[in-house]
Amino acid sequence: MPDRVSIRIDGELIHAKLGQTILEAASATGKFIPSLCHLKGLKPVGACRLCLVEVAGVGRLLPSCTTPVQDGMAVTTRSERLDHYRRMILELIFAERNHICAVCVSNNHCELQALAKRLGVTHVRFPYSYPKAPVDATHRQFVLDQNRCILCTRCVRVCAEVEGAHVWDVGGRGVGSRLVCELNRNWAESRSCTSCGKCVQSCPTGALAAKGYAAEEMVKRAETISRLVEAKGARA
Amino acid sequence: MSKARVATVWLDGCSGCHMSLLDLDEALIDLAPKIELVFGPLVDAQEFPEGVDVTLVEGAVSSHDDLHLAQKVRARSKFVVALGDCAVTGNVPSMRNQIPPKQLLERIYVDGVNVNHRVPSDGVPPLLKQAVPLHEVIRVDLHVPGCPPPAAAIGFVLTELLAGRKPELAGKVKFG
Ligand code: SF4
Ligand code: SF4
Ligand code: SF4
Ligand code: FES
Repeated sequence: MPDRVSIRIDGELIHAKLGQTILEAASATGKFIPSLCHLKGLKPVGACRLCLVEVAGVGRLLPSCTTPVQDGMAVTTRSERLDHYRRMILELIFAERNHICAVCVSNNHCELQALAKRLGVTHVRFPYSYPKAPVDATHRQFVLDQNRCILCTRCVRVCAEVEGAHVWDVGGRGVGSRLVCELNRNWAESRSCTSCGKCVQSCPTGALAAKGYAAEEMVKRAETISRLVEAKGARA
Repeated sequence: MSKARVATVWLDGCSGCHMSLLDLDEALIDLAPKIELVFGPLVDAQEFPEGVDVTLVEGAVSSHDDLHLAQKVRARSKFVVALGDCAVTGNVPSMRNQIPPKQLLERIYVDGVNVNHRVPSDGVPPLLKQAVPLHEVIRVDLHVPGCPPPAAAIGFVLTELLAGRKPELAGKVKFG
């Protein structure tokens, strides 16, 4: 079997590696597909659905971060329909928790906020749910603020796959789903957390932050996680 | 050319959006001859007038007074702009929304002070259960997020509206 395939992305012919996802093939050629739960180096899970694309001949929209390329595939990454759904997904994410950007540690450095700007979300058409969401500030160095969590599970994956500690999981169901530390303990009581901070660096929003930062001060380096994984792979 | 009748309204916000409007500085001089400011914290009118062309609303809808004024604004304005995050998302005023108003007021005015343990009731409007964005209570024609929205964005909005165009803000503005 050849290890290269030819696909079209927005009409442009692209040579991709077999086994690559549509998102990987697109970013390799500098094409932008919005994404939130995807972080290069972590296993894709298709949690946020922002990276949805149209694939010719397939009736439903497919998440490009989990869909592998196939020879002859024709992918559309931008259309009115996709814009419509992507904006709606962002609005639902905002409506689900309490995002007060002006006073958030991640203001101006947040992937969710930046994507909302880029995709032209100027307001949320759905009624906000204003849930009562807990803040876990028990850890010596870090804070988890569930008001800002979008359940992307990047923290869950980086901790399990890269650090090997598997401190985080998602508990509950539906809108009641919450990030949980081990078997629903306070973070300070975690038996396996090494305080490496990888979850904090991976988190696209202000949900996980280092302590001691005021609004706008938390700048993260998610790309260091991707580089770390790449370096580990090269050594193996 | 007759002047556009413009109003500004200050609901549950910090006045920062109005400050940002004033931050237009010398650009205000160009706008001034085209505008008649008919209501708002910057002028003296007591009653929100009829026949307003554009109303800029700062602040979340937080009290019964806010709600009534918002409804009046809608009925009497051709074009309503939600100006700033409080009007657009609820923002900081909405941080009380998990706490029932009675409990909130008692925590502040009874438990939280050393003297005069009493929730004020004279001359202050009762709170709504939650502070909500403007578009949850009236139809809004344009949303200008930002805390506050940059003066340049407000200037752009006013200039476009005065030229008879609907400002296209997608990709130009952000929350926070
Ligand atoms: S996490 Fe991002 S979108 Fe949410 S409040 Fe903070 S800056 Fe805004
Ligand atoms: S600090 Fe490291 S070990 Fe602790 S929860 Fe975060 S990623 Fe896991
Ligand atoms: S805490 Fe951050 S990384 Fe973890 S699921 Fe929530 S938003 Fe994602
Ligand atoms: S990036 Fe693909 S579903 Fe989140």
